[in-house]
Amino acid sequence: MTDMKQPRAVDVEETFLKNDIPESLLPEQKLQETERRTVEIDSHALNFGPQHPSAHGVLRLVLEMEGEVVARAVPHIGLLHRGTEKLIEYKTYHKALPYFDRLDYVSPMCEEQAFALATEKLLGIDIPERAKWLRVMFAEITRILNHILNITAMGLDCGAVTPALWGYEEREKLLEFYEAASGARFHANYFRPGGVARDIPAELEDRIGAWAKEFPAWIDDLEGLLTENRIWKQRTVGIGIFTTEQALAWGFSGPCLRASGVPWDLRRSQPYDNYHKVDFKVPVTRQGDCYDRYLVRMEEMRESVKIIEQCLAQIQPGDVKVQDPKFTPPRRADMKRSMEALIHHFKLFSEGYHVPPGATYTAVESPKGEFGVYLVADGSNRPYRCKIRPTGFSHLQAIDELSRRAMLADMVAVIGSLDLVFGEVDR
Amino acid sequence: MAELPVNPQQNRLQGQVGSMAFTLATSLPGIHSAAVEKGELVVRTVRDQLLPLMTLLRDDPRYRFEQLMDLCGVDFPGREERFEVVYNLLSVSHNHRIRVIVTTDETTPVPSVHHLWPCATWWERECYDLFGVLFSGQPDLRRILTDIGFEGFPLRKDFPLTGYEEVRYDVELRKVVKEPVSLTQDFRDFDFVSPWEGMLTLPGDEKAHEVRQGIKRSRG
Repeated sequence: MTDMKQPRAVDVEETFLKNDIPESLLPEQKLQETERRTVEIDSHALNFGPQHPSAHGVLRLVLEMEGEVVARAVPHIGLLHRGTEKLIEYKTYHKALPYFDRLDYVSPMCEEQAFALATEKLLGIDIPERAKWLRVMFAEITRILNHILNITAMGLDCGAVTPALWGYEEREKLLEFYEAASGARFHANYFRPGGVARDIPAELEDRIGAWAKEFPAWIDDLEGLLTENRIWKQRTVGIGIFTTEQALAWGFSGPCLRASGVPWDLRRSQPYDNYHKVDFKVPVTRQGDCYDRYLVRMEEMRESVKIIEQCLAQIQPGDVKVQDPKFTPPRRADMKRSMEALIHHFKLFSEGYHVPPGATYTAVESPKGEFGVYLVADGSNRPYRCKIRPTGFSHLQAIDELSRRAMLADMVAVIGSLDLVFGEVDR
Repeated sequence: MAELPVNPQQNRLQGQVGSMAFTLATSLPGIHSAAVEKGELVVRTVRDQLLPLMTLLRDDPRYRFEQLMDLCGVDFPGREERFEVVYNLLSVSHNHRIRVIVTTDETTPVPSVHHLWPCATWWERECYDLFGVLFSGQPDLRRILTDIGFEGFPLRKDFPLTGYEEVRYDVELRKVVKEPVSLTQDFRDFDFVSPWEGMLTLPGDEKAHEVRQGIKRSRG
């Protein structure tokens, strides 16, 4: 620790700690009387993260403070940049899909859906009805998974510990559905171009139905903990206000845009898969503060449960993949007997399928907002370019505007309400 | 159960998009093409006309594209102007999307649109970081995603997947050091062009192919 030196402005003689400082660390020359001056510090920079627990990942936020008021917030991102877009350019379409689980690892299946829809659009294929229902159902399960974690983690940041403890228990139930359907709790790799990876087990529909009956009561419990909680409201109401104009100009989407008073939901306005066949409400609030973003997410969870129930009511047995051996691997049993099936299996997993040239920007309403994929195909078996439009990128960029003249303690509420996951912001 | 039509608004929206493509193609200077490709409205324009076009798209009540959802680059090294800069706009009041594409090369800047949509700053920074596309009028054109001190533009097609340098923590030097990439196994890049499907000219059969295609070989 040889580089520790006393600041020159401090008079060592008067410092009450002087006896604790070893000789070797004391300044070599004592300060002259003439050099003595008072330095008034009126602003200083504060490094928030990248290891701060409320930074929700690896956000490094440099805050210029005026006392306890944030004068300027400068986010530094890229600490989790893994070059996903470059890697996808070197993988077949089939092998590119699992990268999407690892972008927004809190809502993996919705990200897969964007890529699967984009690829299907370029291929010009339509997936079977049962696959569409399964996608809608699991996308809504994903939405609830995401919102539980976001709301409870935001509560934790603001001092409410209980929601997080309860939330993890509920998430575990949903992750068991994930596991039953795809075999994995997080990185599901379930929605594939051409349908879903496999059909769900026989009893899973009943289990999801039973869960959907009792889950609204849990939302009521959570609301009892937070919605009218005096401390929670003091921490969030009127904090991080964003007007409609600001939210539009800064490219907001999803719950953050709806909290600012824009009734916009891609599931409603540009429906994909089977969202035009389900009935749900789009919650909108006017204030645009942290509390409203929380309220929108709470309502969305209730609507998601309704969508899941409608899916269960309307889903029929049938195929879950396009019945075309060029896009869908053959059944195991067929491969034991049919030479054709074996060849198709080998070709599909080594070469993959070739996608005709073209480009598409396909967006889905992920739990965080608009998650888009700009996919350029050149006729080969690999994407020529796959631009991922992350949701949190736009939200995080606006944090300086959002938190203008906010208190330091409000920063964690603002970050929590934006629902940032750095897997997708940094890609 | 009777099937509901696929996406009830689809037909009405398709008609609107088609008429918008026609209006844009005929009413503005500098537009190379405006077409509906796979149901999506795509406008190709020149760099000089980008700002007037974008201002019109944002402010004209017929278009009203309030949101810039995405801005990205695409690299085509074979072309004269190798980069495409792609803007994806969204109108929440009319429920429209549009894609505006301009081209540029390594040295010619594209006018920045951060005056129109403040969120463009980070998208432009990202495009600069990954492709090296320059944006004029952008006061904050710094790298954003790559490491501190990173050199090169990783999403260009001539940039190798493995990169040039690897980073590790050296215990003895007690700091992070950069070294040239060393791979124990070469990157396995398979050629999937099947001689039975994709290739027109088989290796060793070039002469027959030229005769077939009517291409005369230049002598000497």
